[in-house]
Amino acid sequence: MDTPAVELRGLARYFGERTALRDVSLVLPAGASVAVLGRNGAGKSTLLRILAALLRPHAGEVRVFGEPLPRRAFAVRARLGLLAHEPLLYSELTGRENLRYHAALHRVAERRVDEVLEAVAMERRADDPVRLLSRGMVQRLAVCRAVLHDPPLLLLDEARANLDPAASALVEPLIGRPAGRTRVLTSHDPRAALAEADLVLALRDGRVAFAGAPEGLHDDALRELYA
Amino acid sequence: MRTALVLLRKDLRLELRTLETVPAMVLLALVTFIVFHFGLDRDTIAGQEAAGVLVATLLFAAMLGVNRLFVAEREQGGFDAFLLAPVDRSAMLLAKAAGLFIFLAALEVVAVPAFGLFLLGPSLAPPLPGLIAVLALADLAIAVIGTLVSAIAIHTRARDLIGPVIGLPLLLPALIATARAAGPLLRFTHAAGAPPGKWLAVLALYDLVFALLAYAVFDFLLED
Repeated sequence: MDTPAVELRGLARYFGERTALRDVSLVLPAGASVAVLGRNGAGKSTLLRILAALLRPHAGEVRVFGEPLPRRAFAVRARLGLLAHEPLLYSELTGRENLRYHAALHRVAERRVDEVLEAVAMERRADDPVRLLSRGMVQRLAVCRAVLHDPPLLLLDEARANLDPAASALVEPLIGRPAGRTRVLTSHDPRAALAEADLVLALRDGRVAFAGAPEGLHDDALRELYA
Repeated sequence: MRTALVLLRKDLRLELRTLETVPAMVLLALVTFIVFHFGLDRDTIAGQEAAGVLVATLLFAAMLGVNRLFVAEREQGGFDAFLLAPVDRSAMLLAKAAGLFIFLAALEVVAVPAFGLFLLGPSLAPPLPGLIAVLALADLAIAVIGTLVSAIAIHTRARDLIGPVIGLPLLLPALIATARAAGPLLRFTHAAGAPPGKWLAVLALYDLVFALLAYAVFDFLLED
């Protein structure tokens, strides 16, 4: 049997007295996409940060490509890309300088920077400081950063935020289904996320409210999740 | 080492682009020398007194650099971006310490001649080689301890206070050694270029101890 891309068993994470995640379990096969749904504060971003090895779980087991986190985080980092709320770009550097910096950290050839810039139609503004770009342009650069090293696993936290339909179409080949990557995605638009997903993990106050195929999550349950 | 160079190049480019740190450090040092010049109401100072003024001024100017060392990483997601990359975390310690060392050297290129102009009588040229050796060891101590302290402080709400509150006591032995090593050079009677070996050895040992300590604990400071 193939090793799942992501395996969670009884995952828990606390911030002081507050429970961010409790008893969360999930098995995500390689190449599949899971939509993580829930209201603001349900624990979606915390889950993504744990999968990115940026946060330690307080209980339970986390495996990415079979490697236990956080113990084997080093082995996983090259194989995942995170697109978070923050673009993780320096505002005083240009888009190209930012991407070259990330390419150097990931030991990726500089020509890959030009490739991804071209893919999101940012070549002409790539030499402007990031602080002078619109939010949509910054988000396109953030997509470039996340996929620069061609990771097989993408963690997408509101990946299409600030993107108009045209820009969303531009990034689709990089972060959408056509890219063929394993994806863990959240979205402020649950229906859009469901349309992209093979599995759903719905969280309410850090606990699993629903886990299964998107067809199993009925409209009433979805409304209740966001009520 | 390669990753540290990548980080260092990025930090230097950011500083050249924003000029947020080094000019502020230089300005503080120059203003402090002027205050000493008029506050002491003396045309010139020398010896241990001069060394004390120089070292205290450079230290306070250095604290500005220490406080700003990780600000871009904290505010613009640099920590997360770095932690997402498959690289050795100690590269950040090396890069930040090297960056701070370069900032301190840039500060001293302006501040030391200004010190000579405002507060010293005789020419600074004869003791300069010895003074450079002493300041290089002092800068190393400030760079290593400053990086360590700044990495602790950046995760706190009162980071502007935590830096000096933790950093200044830790730097005290190094600064005493620096002042004691620089004092004889600024008496202008000592043979040029010969700072007291004992205090240079104390400084070098202090640098080594804190470099090893910083290397041992820095990974933990980047943990959540």
